[in-house]
Amino acid sequence: MPSLKDLKNRIESVKSTRKITKAMQMVAAAKLRRAQEAAEAGRPYAERMLAVMGGLASSVGNSEGAPRLLAGTGSDQTHLLVVMTSERGLCGGFNTTIVRLVRTRIEELLAAGKTVKILTVGKKGREQLKRDYAELMVAHVDLTEVKNIGYANASEIAADVLARFDAGEYDVASIYFNTFQSVISQVPTETQIVPAKFDAPEEADGASTLYDYEPSEEAVLEDLLPRGVATQIFSALLENAASEQGARMSAMDNATRNAGDMIDKLTIQYNRSRQAVITNELIEIISGAEAL
Amino acid sequence: MADLMQFDLVSPERKLASVQAATVQIPGADGDLTAMADHAPMITTLRPGVLTVEGPEGTVEYVVTGGFADVAGPSVSVLAERAMPKAEVTGEVLAELIAEAEAKRDAATDTAVDVAAKLVADLNALRDALGAA
Repeated sequence: MPSLKDLKNRIESVKSTRKITKAMQMVAAAKLRRAQEAAEAGRPYAERMLAVMGGLASSVGNSEGAPRLLAGTGSDQTHLLVVMTSERGLCGGFNTTIVRLVRTRIEELLAAGKTVKILTVGKKGREQLKRDYAELMVAHVDLTEVKNIGYANASEIAADVLARFDAGEYDVASIYFNTFQSVISQVPTETQIVPAKFDAPEEADGASTLYDYEPSEEAVLEDLLPRGVATQIFSALLENAASEQGARMSAMDNATRNAGDMIDKLTIQYNRSRQAVITNELIEIISGAEAL
Repeated sequence: MADLMQFDLVSPERKLASVQAATVQIPGADGDLTAMADHAPMITTLRPGVLTVEGPEGTVEYVVTGGFADVAGPSVSVLAERAMPKAEVTGEVLAELIAEAEAKRDAATDTAVDVAAKLVADLNALRDALGAA
């Protein structure tokens, strides 16, 4: 049975925990709004980019001189997995869900006899994956110092990924991130970025074949493909940032509620013990008086 | 006044402009070109330069550093890697861009050197053009 003093201390400490989680929830809510705005602002660019590239890819893609970024290396032996997670914890299952998806993929690929390389963005995923796959890690991108994710961050990552491709380090690259659906739901997603893959362009949109390209179709495509990779990474980073804040918000909401429940429980226990102590004292006094 | 068309200028981070325009002068990779309403559909890559938009509300100029433009009959969309209103472009911003491009050129290998060197040259030309303006 804890003493009254212990209980009191305990209640105080849970109360301050509740204050902290509450504050974190509000901060996450504010950051979430900003992250969502950023994700929304980036969408028109990404959409147009993919539309144009899709049109180009379908007209150039099947020809002989298609760029390697589009056609691939002709094999799929070595896979590069770009795993995007958060830099900070306390965001519920956010990182774990991505890592779980990545794990299943790694096991599948390894079972199929493929070589797997991992590039991590964000330290939390790296920590989780390091336990089992430390020897597969090739690089890590640290975004701890980055407050607002900009296109520059994405193009750095893209430059790294592309340099590795040119050096022949891998054949297929995919990115893993959480797609933001709502505050309570983030969906771990896998997207292949190299070789570039597009949804089949809609037939109705046959206008793309009528375009004039300057300098030439190949040159435009050559220029666009690396940009496309950067754009995809950028939108994934933005989605991830929004998801992280959403996950943190709901995790902290739960934590605040749990802390409240705990305070109620402890307060009841505290009052009961206090009552017991008082009763005890009274009994002692009364029995003392009777003994006289 | 010529017919108007929809003009959009987007960068990866935000939408900079979405207005009605009469003419848009685009710094294409093969040279400047001006798009007006009902221009034949075309896609061109950009070199660093000044993008001039003329519309009912007057003329607006932007500095873009590359990307591409999608001209299609009733609308023109410019997808720029980096774009900013011309007024915001100071000597320091340009110097920074040029330093970045030069670093890239020095780090580049083989064929990439030419591309990177062209970027530096284009940026320098842009600086001269802005300085003169």
